[in-house]
Amino acid sequence: MTAGDVILEMRDITKEFPGVKALSNVSMAVRRGEIHAICGENGAGKSTLMKVLSGVWPSGSYTGDIVFEGKPAGFSTIRDSEHAGIVIIHQELALIPELSIAENIFLGNEQRKGLSIDWVATRAKAAELLARVGLSEDPMTKIKDIGVGKQQLVEIAKALSKDVKLLILDEPTAALNESDSQHLLQIMDGLRSKGITQIIISHKLNEIEQIADSITIIRDGMSVETLRVKEDGVDENRIIKGMVGRELESRFPEHTPQIGETFFEVKNWRVQHPIRTDRLVCKDSSFFVRRGEIVGFAGLMGAGRTELMRSIFGRSYGTWLSGELIMNGQHLTLKNVPAAIGADIAYVTEDRKTLGLNLLDDIKRTTVSAELSKITRGLVVDETAEYAAAEQFRTELRTKAPSVDEGVAKLSGGNQQKVVLAKWLFTDPELLILDEPTRGIDVGAKYEIYGIIQRLAAQGKGVIVVSSELPELLGLSDRIYTICEGAITGCLDKEHATQESLMRLMTTTTSRGAEATPTAS
Amino acid sequence: MDFIKKLFGGDIRQLGMIGALVFLILFFQWSTDGLTLTPDNLNNIIRGNAHILVLAIGMVLVIIAGHIDLSVGSVAASVGILVALAMRDWGLNWFLGILLGLAFGALIGAWQGWWTAYVGIPAFIVTLAGMLFFRGLNQFIGKSNTIPVPEEFQTIGGGSLPEVGPDTGYNNLTVLLGLIGCAVIVLGALRGRARLVKIGADVESPAVMWTRLALICLVIMGAMLLIASGTKGFPVSGLILVALVLFYGFLTSKTVLGRHIYAVGGNRHAAELSGVQSKKINFFVMANMSVLAALAGMMFVARSRASGPFDGVGWELDAIAAVFIGGAAVTGGVGTVVGSIVGGLVMAVLNNGLQLESIGADRTQMIKGMVLLIAVAFDLYSKKQGKPSLIGRLMDGAKGSRAATQPDQNPAEAEVTPTTDTIRTEN
Repeated sequence: MTAGDVILEMRDITKEFPGVKALSNVSMAVRRGEIHAICGENGAGKSTLMKVLSGVWPSGSYTGDIVFEGKPAGFSTIRDSEHAGIVIIHQELALIPELSIAENIFLGNEQRKGLSIDWVATRAKAAELLARVGLSEDPMTKIKDIGVGKQQLVEIAKALSKDVKLLILDEPTAALNESDSQHLLQIMDGLRSKGITQIIISHKLNEIEQIADSITIIRDGMSVETLRVKEDGVDENRIIKGMVGRELESRFPEHTPQIGETFFEVKNWRVQHPIRTDRLVCKDSSFFVRRGEIVGFAGLMGAGRTELMRSIFGRSYGTWLSGELIMNGQHLTLKNVPAAIGADIAYVTEDRKTLGLNLLDDIKRTTVSAELSKITRGLVVDETAEYAAAEQFRTELRTKAPSVDEGVAKLSGGNQQKVVLAKWLFTDPELLILDEPTRGIDVGAKYEIYGIIQRLAAQGKGVIVVSSELPELLGLSDRIYTICEGAITGCLDKEHATQESLMRLMTTTTSRGAEATPTAS
Repeated sequence: MDFIKKLFGGDIRQLGMIGALVFLILFFQWSTDGLTLTPDNLNNIIRGNAHILVLAIGMVLVIIAGHIDLSVGSVAASVGILVALAMRDWGLNWFLGILLGLAFGALIGAWQGWWTAYVGIPAFIVTLAGMLFFRGLNQFIGKSNTIPVPEEFQTIGGGSLPEVGPDTGYNNLTVLLGLIGCAVIVLGALRGRARLVKIGADVESPAVMWTRLALICLVIMGAMLLIASGTKGFPVSGLILVALVLFYGFLTSKTVLGRHIYAVGGNRHAAELSGVQSKKINFFVMANMSVLAALAGMMFVARSRASGPFDGVGWELDAIAAVFIGGAAVTGGVGTVVGSIVGGLVMAVLNNGLQLESIGADRTQMIKGMVLLIAVAFDLYSKKQGKPSLIGRLMDGAKGSRAATQPDQNPAEAEVTPTTDTIRTEN
């Protein structure tokens, strides 16, 4: 039990889902009492690995060995892993807003006296735990009445109440502001000095550099390397290199951009969070799009890419504060989605199934749904025209379906995405905003979608592509903007953009963003 | 079996519903020794249930859009008493009375629609409040008394098509109505087929189409001739119902408004991001429901010749039951006007048959309850057979709990899990 020995070892963990290898032979070792960071791009397999460890994926559903505290461990449920002293705090906090802090801390682990709850003990113990995480709130305060930063601390207090030996924090600071984040990191430091081992998953590399003792980098489901921060003198650049150091795998169709004049401009766009009015989701964002140009937007999760696009698309997200939209030299006021569609703007959502499609509908009805007025006579839908339009797009986009009468729920992800694209191409937009256009679809369909995007640009339309996959942005875009914490931190031409330079701008906080010179040529 | 399936558009659900209706009619015809299929009894079934079927038309729109309306019985009662009072005390004629009733219904509908659509209170609550309020209003206006209505007004509930032209032994207008109905259905089918051919879509074989048309026409003409041979012609309330079915059937399947109602019920967020103004749609369906409730109330008052303090009690439940038996989904986005009418007819025939057999109200209610449950269970089962969409939706809903217990046996996880990192929404 000396400090520095290995508390957890995971060896050759392989986890397959039908058709996809999410983890292949991942190994890592965590030393007792350290803070161990796991870094990797979106989708690299970090969360899957933690789910394997905590028993969300039960033992037997993966191969490989887990040794915890010197004993082979394979947990069947989260309860098992918690019993052994492993507690995971997810990014989406699992607290019940209407219950008090104390009730949340002891949820499922209630302090009892016989059959009734021992409120005196509950309060006293909760107060004690809150003191340990430096939170000075009345334990009887309801969760909904405290901020996200404090909620995060309540989660940690809850973990401590379970006699935690290994605490896993998944993106703990993603939703926090700078000072709350710093406070959380101090608490983590304090827990480390009390001997609690911690694993942190984070995209904020500066924080990792500041707090972590070791870093395991995961890329494409494989563990690439484990770095010792002090011994190896690791800095952000070193981490970025590990995270993105791969060849461009996805291929892109041949494409020669023909870029025309600027026709769409956004100036000083400021948007407030819809509920938390103290938070800006777009901070004075300005950008422009030229005809025939594919403009990429890079940013980490929660950076505010989707928020920016949706607020432009008829203010369908957040509360608009100020800023201008200029299209073809004219100022636009798009107060709702129909107005945006009327202005020939299309927005393909990142979340196909919950925001993009009515899964009860069929292909033909979906195809025409964004601008029904194009095929109506009076108020009546012309079903002949509807069928013809749907059939035309099915052929053009090569959607694989027996007929346009097929329900969209039966299609594969790639074909669903094509139907969504068809729906927006049907409106014949001048500006197309594509939010994560290839999320969750296979390589072949991706290639086809890239081709479609390039064809649209060749027709003189402006295309905005928001993506979490840097290789995709690099392969597709003529110009790439980076967003960090709601602010546009840079703009790189295709020639100057690399994964490293983008990643740096994506993780740059606003103040340092000024150093990056946008090359708006 | 394959042929039969094609005959009904391959839709097991519809087949089941129509089959159940036919079975019920034949069963009662046998068990009541031929009392079911008599001119007077058919006439009674239509007269006695037209108001519920009118409600079912409005209710299916409400349910497709993802809401519910519990207030329809009370709204119908309020409108009924106001109209009766206006005609007795203020001297309004029957026509102005009907207009007043519809206007009052529209006003109530605008009230409930506003709370639902623009304030955002769930329709369940808004209409629960309406159920209490308008029941009280009925008794307040009528001082808990019964108010009779004039004879002209009674036509919309109790009237029949008059005898016109030569004496053929049948009610001529009723026969004519049947013939027009058949002609419209045949022409409609042929036009639809021609359209499909024109755009090069798959069409069913002529044999299937003509068999189906022949069957439908046979049923229509059979029923109409049977009614026409009786003492009274086809009921006026039935005529109103047919007109409404045609109108709302067209509205839901062919118009922009109809599309938008399904879109809002199917996925409100996706609809909004496609430019559908969901508040307006929600307002419309709620307002429309109250107008139809007003009409139903007046039809009932006309038939019972007076408006009373307990008119309309329990109607909302009958209408909702009809809609769900007719294949609508509780979660919205699914349902048809014709399906709801068939659902309503199943209940009506059941009621009628049990009455003819002198089975008491107690057992009738027990049987109706079980029929509703079994019909929806069958519906769920047939959807699982034919439509993976629903299973997909169920699995999406159960994802969290499933993930912990049996991850690898669930192929639907494949799409979701490997990208857990990226799937988290950014908002």
